[in-house]
Amino acid sequence: MVLVYAESPQGKLKKAAFEAVTYGRQAADAMGVQCAALVLGAADNAGELGSYGAHEVYQVNNDSLNNFDSQVAASVVSSAAQKLGATLVVMMHSSSGKALAGRVAVRLDAGLVTAVNALPTISGDAVNVTKNVFSGKAIAEFSISSATRVVSVAGNTFKPVVNGDAASVQTLDVDVPQGRYTVKEVSTMDGVTPLPEAELVVSAGRGMKGPENWGIIEELADILGATTACSRPVADVGWRPHHEHVGQTGVAIKPNLYFAIGISGAIQHLAGVNQSNVIVVINKDPEAPFFKAADYGIVGDLFDVVPRLNESLKKYKAENS
Amino acid sequence: MNMLVCVSRTPETTAPVKFSADMSEYDGSGVNFIMNPYDEWYALVRALEVKESQGGKVTLFHVGGAESDAVIRKGLAIGADDAVRVDAAPSSSMFVAKQIAEYCKANAIDILFFGKETIDFNGAEVGAMAAEMLDMPYISFAIDMQLDGNNATITREIEGGKEVGEVQTPFALSAAKGLAEQRIANMRGIMMSKRKPINVIPAADAADKATVVKYAYPDAGGDVVYIEPDNMDELVRRLAEEAKVL
Ligand SMILES: Cc1cc2nc3c(=O)[nH]c(=O)nc-3n(C[C@H](O)[C@H](O)[C@H](O)COP(=O)(O)OP(=O)(O)OC[C@H]3O[C@@H](n4cnc5c(N)ncnc54)[C@H](O)[C@@H]3O)c2cc1C
Ligand SMILES: Nc1ncnc2c1ncn2[C@@H]1O[C@H](COP(=O)(O)O)[C@@H](O)[C@H]1O
Repeated sequence: MVLVYAESPQGKLKKAAFEAVTYGRQAADAMGVQCAALVLGAADNAGELGSYGAHEVYQVNNDSLNNFDSQVAASVVSSAAQKLGATLVVMMHSSSGKALAGRVAVRLDAGLVTAVNALPTISGDAVNVTKNVFSGKAIAEFSISSATRVVSVAGNTFKPVVNGDAASVQTLDVDVPQGRYTVKEVSTMDGVTPLPEAELVVSAGRGMKGPENWGIIEELADILGATTACSRPVADVGWRPHHEHVGQTGVAIKPNLYFAIGISGAIQHLAGVNQSNVIVVINKDPEAPFFKAADYGIVGDLFDVVPRLNESLKKYKAENS
Repeated sequence: MNMLVCVSRTPETTAPVKFSADMSEYDGSGVNFIMNPYDEWYALVRALEVKESQGGKVTLFHVGGAESDAVIRKGLAIGADDAVRVDAAPSSSMFVAKQIAEYCKANAIDILFFGKETIDFNGAEVGAMAAEMLDMPYISFAIDMQLDGNNATITREIEGGKEVGEVQTPFALSAAKGLAEQRIANMRGIMMSKRKPINVIPAADAADKATVVKYAYPDAGGDVVYIEPDNMDELVRRLAEEAKVL
């Protein structure tokens, strides 16, 4: 069977969990086996995993699992996988998933591939999966040779598909060891979709000239309901917070729509954003490298173009809501 | 504090990406290799800061052939005390993790540092694997670490926010932007690095369980559609009707 571990940070499953279970179900169908989903600790909407394809939904009830400790979670997920006889364990390629996948692979003596971008191809005992490597400049196909396999699913890659009814949640009884890492405080920004999950992103760079000019960018993001991002130098000089920095050394994103405003399109920037579905570039320099990666390009002064764009979008929203 | 900083070697970010004719192997000929930025800029520098404030030793650990020595020397020039190189190709994450774990079993380490991920394969695998083999806590994506004796308070990045937690040595962490400020090697460091040892050791046995069999290039995107800067209605129309993203 295929076991999908669905994270429920702060007690709630989010989009990436439904992407993972959609993937798990499709992989299970390809392998001709059942798909089960697993949640640890509180998960208000765990039953929804059934709607996205899980045949069974299991929950390990233990308050200590409400905070993430990679060591404890790895033990519980591995025990569950063994108990249920999973041959493929699917996880999310999230900040916690990245601390967990390697541990689970060791415990299950399994081959691991993280951030996979396509369903596995199966021929006999061999399971092959692909992922983007070298900043999206190539795709690598891995062959996993072990009897049990672990994969984590790249975010914003598999659209969650509803194909059934909510499932009833069953309690799974496995040992929960004592952890050695204690969470003291969790702080998240409410009301803003975090960059790795964002479908719409408005990003700006050094072309903005200074932090005082960001009003038009925030207005554009507001109209769209988008998350804001920036190039690295802008975060380095403190015009924008560090967590907004996208690119090879920042957050890698994969939104449906990416606006790049006053950003030259250096290769290290593109590395983190070139998986976006649609890219719009606004730059006054027709030679800016970003235009090569763009779907739509506007050669012009951003201080003229963006306010005009905001007006057009407001008009569109007013007519279409 | 005995600290081990695991460092990997990656192609420079602007290097062209090429493969063998049958697309089965990466072709690094003519490519300039660097130390993985997360390892160099954040993990190594934070380890050096700990050493400077409360004493201890910083050892670099690398799995790779002699071609990696230039990268290791750079880490020594920035300030690491010595280095260990396992003389074998890093054929898979599991293989590399096993080498790290075997070394740490024989040499007591208080803090084991990793980078958040390598920038070529973006695995984020090795640190978690090694930590599990060593039965150590592992805190990924650390952006701040404060030590008080053997107690560490670590801030880590999570989706859309931060988490603060506590752990005692020995533990492992992976370094993300913010953990330290990048340092440049100075002349004195470069001179001193020439006298620092790189201990070359043989590899421990470990099986690969997932390996690359083939590479491919992604489909080239279509051409860019230019839109006049004074016609933003047209952009909005195309985003709504053509691209269907609004
Ligand atoms: C190892 C390494 C890792 C890196 N990682 C990252 C990373 O993760 N993310 C990242 O972003 N960078 C990264 N960089 C830096 C990267 O190489 C570039 O320096 C950076 O992306 C440039 O930022 P920018 O485009 O905002 O600024 P610039 O390159 O200065 O570009 C500004 C752009 O704005 C345009 N412009 C100026 N005024 C206007 C106007 N009025 N209207 C319209 N357009 C205007 C200009 O034509 C120009 O194209 C990295 C570099 C290295 C060496
Ligand atoms: N060949 C290697 N030798 C030593 N450490 C490595 C090696 N490869 C990866 N690492 C460490 O593991 C981290 C994560 O690598 P990865 O799992 O490949 O993304 C890197 O930032 C390094 O700290």
